[in-house]
Amino acid sequence: MNYKAEILDIVRDHIDMEGSLLPILHAIMDRLNFIPEEAISLLAKKLNLSSAEVSGVISFYHDFRKERVGSHKVQICRSEACQAMGSRDLEKHVKTSLGIDYGESTKDQLIYLEPVYCLGNCACSPSVRIDDDIHARVTPDSFDNLISDIKLSKTRDEDLAR
Amino acid sequence: MIKKIFVPIDTTAIALGSNVVAEIFENALKENGSDIQLIRNGSRGMFWLEPLIEFENNNGRFSFKNVVPSDVLPIMQLLEADDFENLATGNEKFLGNTKEIEYLQNQSRLSFSKAGIGDPLCLENYTALGGFKGLKKALGMKPQEIVDEVKNSGLRGRGGAAFPTGIKWQTVLDTKHPKKYVVCNADEGDSGTFADRLLMESDPYQLIEGMIIAGAAVGSDQGYIYLRSEYPYAHKTLNTAISKCYAEGFLGKNMLGSNISFDLEVRLGAGAYICGEETSLLESLEGKRGMVRSKPPLPAIEGLFGCPTVVNNVLTLGAISIILGQGATFYQDFGTGRSRGTLPVQLAGNIKRGGLIEVPFGVTLKEIVEGFGNGTHSGRPIKAIQVGGPLGAFVPKQQWDTPLDYEAFSAIGAMIGHGGIVVFDETANMFDQARFAMEFCEIESCGKCTPCRIGSTRGMEVLDKIGLQQDVDSNLILLEELCDTMENASLCAMGGMTPFPVKSALELYKEDFTS
Repeated sequence: MNYKAEILDIVRDHIDMEGSLLPILHAIMDRLNFIPEEAISLLAKKLNLSSAEVSGVISFYHDFRKERVGSHKVQICRSEACQAMGSRDLEKHVKTSLGIDYGESTKDQLIYLEPVYCLGNCACSPSVRIDDDIHARVTPDSFDNLISDIKLSKTRDEDLAR
Repeated sequence: MIKKIFVPIDTTAIALGSNVVAEIFENALKENGSDIQLIRNGSRGMFWLEPLIEFENNNGRFSFKNVVPSDVLPIMQLLEADDFENLATGNEKFLGNTKEIEYLQNQSRLSFSKAGIGDPLCLENYTALGGFKGLKKALGMKPQEIVDEVKNSGLRGRGGAAFPTGIKWQTVLDTKHPKKYVVCNADEGDSGTFADRLLMESDPYQLIEGMIIAGAAVGSDQGYIYLRSEYPYAHKTLNTAISKCYAEGFLGKNMLGSNISFDLEVRLGAGAYICGEETSLLESLEGKRGMVRSKPPLPAIEGLFGCPTVVNNVLTLGAISIILGQGATFYQDFGTGRSRGTLPVQLAGNIKRGGLIEVPFGVTLKEIVEGFGNGTHSGRPIKAIQVGGPLGAFVPKQQWDTPLDYEAFSAIGAMIGHGGIVVFDETANMFDQARFAMEFCEIESCGKCTPCRIGSTRGMEVLDKIGLQQDVDSNLILLEELCDTMENASLCAMGGMTPFPVKSALELYKEDFTS
């Protein structure tokens, strides 16, 4: 697939910002779910940077990825406050029930699993973020329900599309 | 009868279901053709009671705690009554008048006085509660007068380092340069902290006001809020708040008819904890890897894009609007020793009554954890308390009487940091926590200096050997030496303070390391 046009669109929208590389990379992630290889040389050229500099920025930040992953990002908080409320057990359950480890996607490409270090919801731990929604006091059961909801809405969307 | 219903819209309230409850109330009100107003307010920070829904009539505001969808119908039946608060008394979730809730009464709310009162994005509400009073005053003052006011308040940076804010501002004011910046550090990455988030989501204009004042004080016309990407709701709230300020003339050219201009923009971080360190944050804002810079030069002299830059935490800038609005003396009157004003403390982890409490410096840890927190959520005894985030030491029971005061805490080898307190019950294994501290450093180190980058990796390896009970005695010595190296030779607090939780866990809970 060729993403050049989309990437150039994004660059055009952001090029006048000071220090525009992070906003551009965020915008690419939002649009494409990953940063395609071709973006590196394109961005380097447009921002007057070396490809190494662009690559370096992508690899430095957890939020940026060069591989396409599952469509829903599930983040389990691994920080101290959540650990004090049983997140270590929760993460074991999550990995078993989804059948994947951190940094992996489910076979149907529905879910991508990632650790996160604090969602700022530490008085009602353990916390989980699914896309842009944050959930408090998550138990293994309530986690499974959240995943069922994602699966249900996927089936519904497919039915509607048919 | 009830005139207004308040349903909080902050992250924790939403994470506990407040959006669903709001929708049910809204539909029920519509069905009844009721003219009761439903307001999405910020949170008051009593998170263990969320969703905490309030109902206002002529007698005041009354709350229900932990409201779930099934509670809505019985509450709806009370709304038309003249004596709502008497009829509600029978409901086990009814808390009475919100003002009289002990947890709130025992606080000194300055920075958080407006949080949870009304719609965080309503400018009229903000102004009615005293907002922009500080800004209006500042616009009539000379830059040096503003800086002096901040100095006189005794305000110290609330991000963790506790550097005197007025002195930082003075340096930026004194540095001659055609371009200067005001940067808000909203990369609140410490586990157990959420005060910045709560302020940004529940009272965003207070932060914006503080930043405009900072700009006027040091001669800067451009501000950035560097916000962590883990806060999606705060991101939306801030962006809406900023565009409303532009629309009403609080931001932009010739603000409020003055000759002062100030532009403000939110920039998202990308999941790197180290970007909470100010020089790394500046690198990130410039679009680079978040590598820590060597100091000097100080950011106040050579900061963002090489220009003099004020870098302050959300709470520091939030306090500015209070200090200018109510005067340095008013603020200074709270606190103890060289720690003036109030500290927003965040009670987190395994705690029964977790949330945000704003108290004057000088209150003891015990009063906070036992008085406000009421013990652990699990009901088991407390085993450990970590103060000041992932780089903070565990504070032993015999030191829980230490007053919250920057100097008193540093005297016992601990730190207040950003005011996060994480409680662990007796099931916690402190060896695991020590290993996690090293693991976290290994994951989040920027990699610039060797003690942090390699030290954390070696720290994990040594701890793993200790965990397997291999040569425990000699590996413990090795661990101690490694900690010393990290502490003394790291470039910033990440590597320099990761040993704090490790060493204090080892000192206080040695049995967890040797069995």
